[in-house]
Amino acid sequence: MSVLEVNNLKKNFRGIEAVKGISFSVEKGEIVGLLGPNGAGKTTTISMVLGVLEPSEGTIHIGGHDVHKDRTNALQVTNFAAVYAHLPGNLTVRQNLNVFGRIYEVPELAARIEHVMDEMDVRKFENTRTGVLSSGEQTRTTLAKAFLNSPQLLLLDEPTASLDPSSAQLMREKILQYAKSGGAVLWTSHNMQEVTDVCDRVLFVSHGKVLLEGNPRELPALHGKKDLEELFITVAREPLSLTE
Amino acid sequence: MIRMSLTRIFAIVLRQYYLTRDNATRLLQIFLWPFLDILLWGFLSQYLEEISSTSFIPILLGAIILWDFLSRVMTGVTMTFFEDVWSNNFLNMFASPLSISEYVAGMIASSIGTSAIGFVGMLLAGSVLFGFSITMYGLMSLPFLLILFLSGISLGIFGVALVLRYGPSAEWFIWPLPAIVAPFVGVFYPIETLPQWMQYVGQALPPTYVFEGVRAIVAGENFDSSSLLIGSMLGLFCIALSYAFFVRIYHRAVRTGLIAKYSAESAA
Repeated sequence: MSVLEVNNLKKNFRGIEAVKGISFSVEKGEIVGLLGPNGAGKTTTISMVLGVLEPSEGTIHIGGHDVHKDRTNALQVTNFAAVYAHLPGNLTVRQNLNVFGRIYEVPELAARIEHVMDEMDVRKFENTRTGVLSSGEQTRTTLAKAFLNSPQLLLLDEPTASLDPSSAQLMREKILQYAKSGGAVLWTSHNMQEVTDVCDRVLFVSHGKVLLEGNPRELPALHGKKDLEELFITVAREPLSLTE
Repeated sequence: MIRMSLTRIFAIVLRQYYLTRDNATRLLQIFLWPFLDILLWGFLSQYLEEISSTSFIPILLGAIILWDFLSRVMTGVTMTFFEDVWSNNFLNMFASPLSISEYVAGMIASSIGTSAIGFVGMLLAGSVLFGFSITMYGLMSLPFLLILFLSGISLGIFGVALVLRYGPSAEWFIWPLPAIVAPFVGVFYPIETLPQWMQYVGQALPPTYVFEGVRAIVAGENFDSSSLLIGSMLGLFCIALSYAFFVRIYHRAVRTGLIAKYSAESAA
């Protein structure tokens, strides 16, 4: 059984179709890149997977639980980190982890907090309010929260965007390690080199539909492109040329 | 059946505890405004007692303490919600296993804490400065407080729903809510003083039964305590109504994507 199963997902906003019947799955231990230009429908899809946006049609199952009918159980085994969703800046790192650990009902929370603080290298500012941390430190704190409940499914929206190259490399290693241990990851990024290095499979979304799907290291050559970045640019500018 | 997790409800309370404990301004607002009200209305009551033979402390000062209690309960509910608005925390909260009923329960539980602290502070100030004692109302003080608590909770949930619907810029809707209700429920005067249509509105609002009761007890008149049962039932009904309204607004926000993109600009 797939960790994440998205089936014929559609979303209309006042008659405008933002997502037009997307289907995909993410398996245990797999890192899937969800790629596409701005406005392609990636964030809309992620919002529906996270249960904060109701689909017009279609179903989403996480760990076998329907996100919209069995929301609590589906989101209990999910977590996410996004550049636009930092943790409350008026709480310290430790306080945030204490609060969100309880929201996710993490067993043996105290020990788990110590573990993720070491893993994400946030211990040195554990008693600092997250609002005064650098953007890279905030991202690491958000990732610490994302790993807190040892999720089956991890959604990452530009997880390394604000990290320096060294920290980004460390984070990529942590995420690869997490996938090796059986976690499933849905990753969105505009850094095509990172996607090529990390993802097992990519889905190119354009105009609310999955346009292309495949191995990021093989897909560009299949479409006569030298790398994923060139393929991305084609998806963004001339998507029809890829479907001919 | 709704299954709620006490751990998740406690998480909301814990967040409010951290914020209140670690921030002097949040702690101060629990005490400052009620204290200023007590000073103002306490001295006014004292003056009126000096120039007449009526006992104004339990009527005027007592009424303002009880009314402030209701307002504090409402504020306790809304502040929990506003912390998420101000810190752009909606996505972290609502893309989690936390259910909407647990979130509301967390707002109510947080409000119990802050309003209880504020109320004790008001009672102490009223007692030390003006000799007010809640025991003046006898055993009736308990149902009085219960009805006001239920009313404050329902006003808070209703206000939060309005802000969720119209965005953070609708914050100004919330703060005057008690002032809008006050004239109808006869905080300082019997509701017979009001025009007939206002009396009808007042009879549908739970706090009316408290303030009518306060005046009857202070005047030594017969007080039908069954009216407190009506007040309590109305209070529970108002909570059910405001909760249903909030859930409806929340589902609308999930349908339209507002929760995912909540900000002053996107909400309107």
